Amino acid sequence: MGAPRKNYAAPAGIGAAALGFAALPMFGAWPFAESFLYLLFFWIALATSWTVLSGYSGYVSFGHGAFYGVGVYATANLGAHVPVWLCLLAGGLLAACLGAAAGLVVFRVKRLRGELFALLTLALAIVLGTVILNTPIDGGPGISLMAVHLPRIYNNASSTVYLLGMLAAMASLAAAWAVQNSRLGRGLFAIADDEDAAEILGVPTLRFKIAALALSAFLAGAAGSVHALFVSYVTVGETFSITVPLFVLLMSVLGGARRWYGPAIGAVFVAGLTNLLVGGDWALAARALIGFTLIVATLYLPEGVAGLIEHKFRAREKPEPRRAPMPASANDNAPAPAPISGAPLLRIEDIRLAFRGVRALDGVTLDIREGEILGLVGPNGSGKSTLINVISGFYRPDAGSLVFAGEDASGDEGHRRARRGIARTFQIPRPFRRLTVLENVVVAGEFGARGLDHAAALACARELLEFVGLAERADALPAAINLHQRKFLELARALASGARLIMLDEVLAGLTPSEITTAIAMVRKIRATGAAILFVEHNMRAVLALADRLIVLNQGKIIAQGGPRAVISDPAVISAYLGDDDAQP
Amino acid sequence: MSATLLGQSVLSGIFSGCLYALLGLGLTLSWRYLKIINLAHFAFIFLAAYLTYQLAGPGGRPPWLVLLIVVPLFFALGVAQQALLDHFKVDEFASIIVTFGMTILAEVFIQWIWSADFVRLETQFLRGSFEVGAFFLPKQEMLMAGASLALCAATAGFLRFTWTGKALRASLDNPPIAASYGVPGQRLALMTAGAAGALAGVGGAFMALLFTLAPSQIYTWFGVVLATVMLGGLGSAMGVFAAGLLIGVCEAVTMALTAPAWAPVVPFTLLIVILVLWPERV
Repeated sequence: MGAPRKNYAAPAGIGAAALGFAALPMFGAWPFAESFLYLLFFWIALATSWTVLSGYSGYVSFGHGAFYGVGVYATANLGAHVPVWLCLLAGGLLAACLGAAAGLVVFRVKRLRGELFALLTLALAIVLGTVILNTPIDGGPGISLMAVHLPRIYNNASSTVYLLGMLAAMASLAAAWAVQNSRLGRGLFAIADDEDAAEILGVPTLRFKIAALALSAFLAGAAGSVHALFVSYVTVGETFSITVPLFVLLMSVLGGARRWYGPAIGAVFVAGLTNLLVGGDWALAARALIGFTLIVATLYLPEGVAGLIEHKFRAREKPEPRRAPMPASANDNAPAPAPISGAPLLRIEDIRLAFRGVRALDGVTLDIREGEILGLVGPNGSGKSTLINVISGFYRPDAGSLVFAGEDASGDEGHRRARRGIARTFQIPRPFRRLTVLENVVVAGEFGARGLDHAAALACARELLEFVGLAERADALPAAINLHQRKFLELARALASGARLIMLDEVLAGLTPSEITTAIAMVRKIRATGAAILFVEHNMRAVLALADRLIVLNQGKIIAQGGPRAVISDPAVISAYLGDDDAQP
Repeated sequence: MSATLLGQSVLSGIFSGCLYALLGLGLTLSWRYLKIINLAHFAFIFLAAYLTYQLAGPGGRPPWLVLLIVVPLFFALGVAQQALLDHFKVDEFASIIVTFGMTILAEVFIQWIWSADFVRLETQFLRGSFEVGAFFLPKQEMLMAGASLALCAATAGFLRFTWTGKALRASLDNPPIAASYGVPGQRLALMTAGAAGALAGVGGAFMALLFTLAPSQIYTWFGVVLATVMLGGLGSAMGVFAAGLLIGVCEAVTMALTAPAWAPVVPFTLLIVILVLWPERV
């Protein structure tokens, strides 16, 4: 993850490198160096394009053979008729269209798992290769690009190919850098760790995945368009061979797929090795070395070379002296609770949801008013968490409507609900495991109801970590903090979103009595900010201490509601808890 | 197209399908029960095929005797591989990469010993065909199909009915709980990997019997066999057999009706159609 401060050293470096490499032919570089460098550039472009989707979002694509192949055949078919730059553009755009179309189909498959995505994208390459082979696009024997007219920039066509390859590589690197440091990139990193939690926090996951796939395909397609000029005779067998996507994967993983410059390191190593050691036994030895490196690197360097470099770098940086923890005065002087207005913030009506015949929610109607704490209790399996999942957009109910702040939100996906101001915590905390505690909260601030820009989200996240007492652990990874800290991290994320309704799903479960006391104080402070709270809890002491109203759910139905004291002495509630239901089938 | 020709196509599709199932069976077991997407399975198949080629060559041992050497050897290889992957706690995604590295090493090894050229096992073992009506049933293919069906059925029965099979499925659902009830998860995992390795050995022996071999051919089997495994439903032994047959027959009919070059689109088209119509399946 890039440092939070804006740092333009990287794009400046890319620009300088581009100028340097562009000047190289002027000094009469010999042809071997030019074609060798070209091959490095080609693989850098392809591997970097892969990482924009797969490295960042975690969806491993084997389809880059197809996207690259589209580019290759775009030049092969158009090269003789239109200028070269138009071929590159066409190759990139066609590949991007293919990527977006594939994404629209594939990402809508329910419960799409990573390996299924990998396989379906592999299918794309195989199907596309077969179609091209059997239609006039190739027709079988391959296509020669002798007729393509290449502009001669240095009086030499091969220098032109070299320059185009170099530009493709630098453009890919710049794009990867830009994405990594953008809103899109931060959303993709969140998707990689926990897609459902990302959606609930407001990341438009489907749109981001398709955007990343299209951009990634565009870059791969453009690289393919250039490569067709280099090989000058294209065949389906070579273009759509499975080794292309596998080598791209290998380079990225070796170099470090979650950093924009990682794949380039891997590409230089692998492509350098295979193109320096050519012929007979040397080529065989190079392949063996690559296979061996792949095994060793995956086992010992899970974050690739780039990860290793960054860890070394961080270790050398002096840890900045920690400021003493902020005086807690800000926390203690919480303003008096906002008065509960009678206006309903959320109204759900007749929500029904069944899982394979089991009625989890059976006609639930309730409203939550501005500024109140509504307690929701019920025996295990009564539908409390399901209800939260429905309100947050995690589950789609079979029937029923949901009106939030006067607007119908029944059809909204999870991220749209988050943008409207609905936030939740997870009963078992679901932090993004490869983002720091601070970055976890930033995601919520940036994508939630407030929609802060990155700098504001950072400031807000630091304040909130102070508020929940996690400021000291801001740079830790979630795995390094304990359960009650992770629960408070969940709270901080819900708060950072600036939500008007916060649903707390058993935040107290698993905490010690003293931690519970702290947590109850925390919930009061959250309420003081003006947000309404839906408080799901088994701990009756906490419920009675906090709730303004109480709703009891049993077998997917509301069996009692009203003032807390009155509700818990309701006979129906007592029987639900003490279990005379056991007598029923 | 005559009915005889179409019938003969369907027959050859059935034989291909049985081979896909045989090659995919070990893969589906390790994918489902070990969470390892073992691309090296293909490397094992080809190593076994070359070993069979070497040992059963002209004047050599009969192929069934070779199996007695190949099967234990590849069982051991599977166990060793699993011990390594388990030691490093390799997850599903990393397993693709590590085992692909192993596949490259195996390819290099094969090329180093046997060269990159095509080789063909010359044997008198079960040459020729039965003739049933107008159809030809090659004896070697018949044996392979029988072995494939027997192994798939035996694996399915083993998983369903034996205590070891049940323990394996329990271990998959919740490893720590199963372990606390006394299921020896690690040993079961090693045995499963061994079984998958042995299945690769059998698959390799038939590969040598039926096909011309070259090291680069390892990669050509990835697509269709992976599609078979996914279509069959991970971990389902009879599922992989049924999926193999479906893909094999559809391929053969497609080739007969259009051109052989269209065959590669068939497995994945089937996979996508099934995925869209029946998303729970895969």
